[in-house]
Amino acid sequence: MLKFPIYLDYSATTPVDPRVAQAMIPWLTEHFGNPASRSHAYGWEAEKAVEDAREQVAALVNADPKEIVWTSGATESNNLAIKGAAQFYKGKGKHIITVKTEHKAVLDTFRELERQGFEATYLDVQENGLIDLAAFRDALRPDTVLVSVMFVNNEIGVIQPIAEIGEICREKGIVFHVDAAQATGKVEIDLQKLKVDLMSFSAHKTYGPKGIGALYVRRKPRARLEAQMHGGGHERGLRSGTLATHQIIGMGEAFRIAREEMKVENERVRALRDRLLKGLQDIEATYVNGDLEHRVPHNLNISFAYVEGESMIMAVKDIAVSSGSACTSASLEPSYVLRALGRNDELAHSSIRFSIGRFTTEEEIDYTIDLMHKKIGKLRELSPLWEMVQEGVDLNTVQWAAH
Amino acid sequence: MAYSEKVLDHYENPRNVGAFSKEDEGVGTGMVGAPACGDVMKLQIKVGKDGVIEDAKFKTYGCGSAIASSSLVTEWVKGKTVEQALEIKNTQIAEELALPPVKIHCSILAEDAIKAAVADYKKKHEG
Repeated sequence: MLKFPIYLDYSATTPVDPRVAQAMIPWLTEHFGNPASRSHAYGWEAEKAVEDAREQVAALVNADPKEIVWTSGATESNNLAIKGAAQFYKGKGKHIITVKTEHKAVLDTFRELERQGFEATYLDVQENGLIDLAAFRDALRPDTVLVSVMFVNNEIGVIQPIAEIGEICREKGIVFHVDAAQATGKVEIDLQKLKVDLMSFSAHKTYGPKGIGALYVRRKPRARLEAQMHGGGHERGLRSGTLATHQIIGMGEAFRIAREEMKVENERVRALRDRLLKGLQDIEATYVNGDLEHRVPHNLNISFAYVEGESMIMAVKDIAVSSGSACTSASLEPSYVLRALGRNDELAHSSIRFSIGRFTTEEEIDYTIDLMHKKIGKLRELSPLWEMVQEGVDLNTVQWAAH
Repeated sequence: MAYSEKVLDHYENPRNVGAFSKEDEGVGTGMVGAPACGDVMKLQIKVGKDGVIEDAKFKTYGCGSAIASSSLVTEWVKGKTVEQALEIKNTQIAEELALPPVKIHCSILAEDAIKAAVADYKKKHEG
C-alpha cells in the first residue's frame, strides 16, 4: 500500500526511527533529572545516560567522547565552530575560506564574520560540484586562520575531498571545520585518520530527533574556540545551557543504529537510487546535477529541460521532494548550488532533488519513475520550447521578446 | 502557492493545447516571454474570411498561472473578431482566475500574446 505523498526528501529531514523514539520517552517522564544535578540520583542517572549517548556519537565518527559538545543542531554547531575559531585565532590572521555551495548556516556565518572585519574567500566548485584542490591551495594566504568545507552537499549529495583538504590545512596550521550534517550514516567518517579540527553533526538527518546536534572539537592537536553561548559553563564552558536529556538520548541511539546498520542500509538505498536513476534517464533531455561517483548513495538531483520549475512541482504533488526552484517561496532566485555548477537558470529551476532513505520501498521508486514519465511528458506537450527543439530550432539563437 | 480552483482546473485540464501551421493564411501566431524569465507563451488564432476567430491553440512554458492564463484566453478569443479580441485586458484575466499579486505578470503576458497573434495575422493580410 502506497502512502501519499511518497516521502523522498530524506535530505531535508528523516522520520525518527521508532527504536529511537522508544529510547527517548522514559527520559521525558520517569527519568527527568537534570544531568547537571550532582546531589541526587535523578541527576546522576541523567548524567550517565548523556555520557553513554556521547560515546555512541563519538563511536560513529571514531572520536573520543570528550571531543563531543552537545548543541541544538548543525546550524548552531556551524556557528560555534566558525565564529568560535575565527574569534579565538583572530590575532593570527583575518582570512577565512569556504565554498560557494555550502549550506546557508555556513555562508551566513561567514557573512557575519565579514561584518566583524574578517576577509572571506568563497571558492568556486567545478562542474561536478567538487572543489578543485589546486584552486584551494592558491586561495590560501599566510593570514588564513580557518577553512570550512562541507562533507556532503545537501542539494547534490557530492562528497568533498575532506582527507586531502585536511592534510593541506594541518601542514599550514590552519583550523579546518567540516559540516557533516548530511554525512553521518552515509559515508565512513574516521576522525583518527581525517585531519579535521571541528566537525558539525545533526541528529534529525540520521533518524534522530530535531533540535539536537553536536560539535566535534579535536583535543590532539587541540582546537580552541570562543564560546558563543554563556551561562552555567556546561560542556566544559563551550556551550552553556541545560542539556536536553531526551534529545541527547535520541541522538545517541540514532547514531548507534547508524553505525551498526549503515553498511547494509547504504547498499539497499544505493540500489533504489540506481533504479530511480535508470528509470528517469529514459526521459529525454534530463541532466544529473553533481558527480555521480563521489556521491552519497541516497541522493539524486536531476534537471528536466524544457519544463518550468513551478509547474513541474505542481505536477508531482504525489511525491514529497525538494526543488531547485525557489519560485514557490518569496524569492525568484533558483538554487545557488546549481548555479555554482554552471547550470543556467532554466535548468536550475527545473531540478528535483530525490533523497531516499531507510523506509523507502521499491514500489515507491517505481511509482515515482512512472509519475515523472507521465508528468514530464504532459508538460512537454504543453511547452513551446520543447516543440521548437523537436523542430530542430536552437533555442540559443532565438530572439526572445523579454518582458 | 495557493491557487484558485479555476487556475487548478485550467492547469489540470488545459483547453486548446496544440498548434496550427504557421504558414496557413488564416493563422496568426504570437510568441511572447523568454525562457530566462520563466515563461514563454505561444498563442495561435485561426481567423475566418469574415474576420471572426474560429479557433485558437496555445502552448506555454511557465508556472501554473501562466498555463491557466493562456488556456483561458484561447477560450475567450473564440467567436470574437480580431478587433474584439484586442479588447481583452489583463485585469479581466487576473480577475477571472483570481491570480495572486505575484502572478499578475502572467495575465499581462497572455494579453501580450493576443496582441502578438493579431499583429502577426494582420501582417499577413496587409495590402
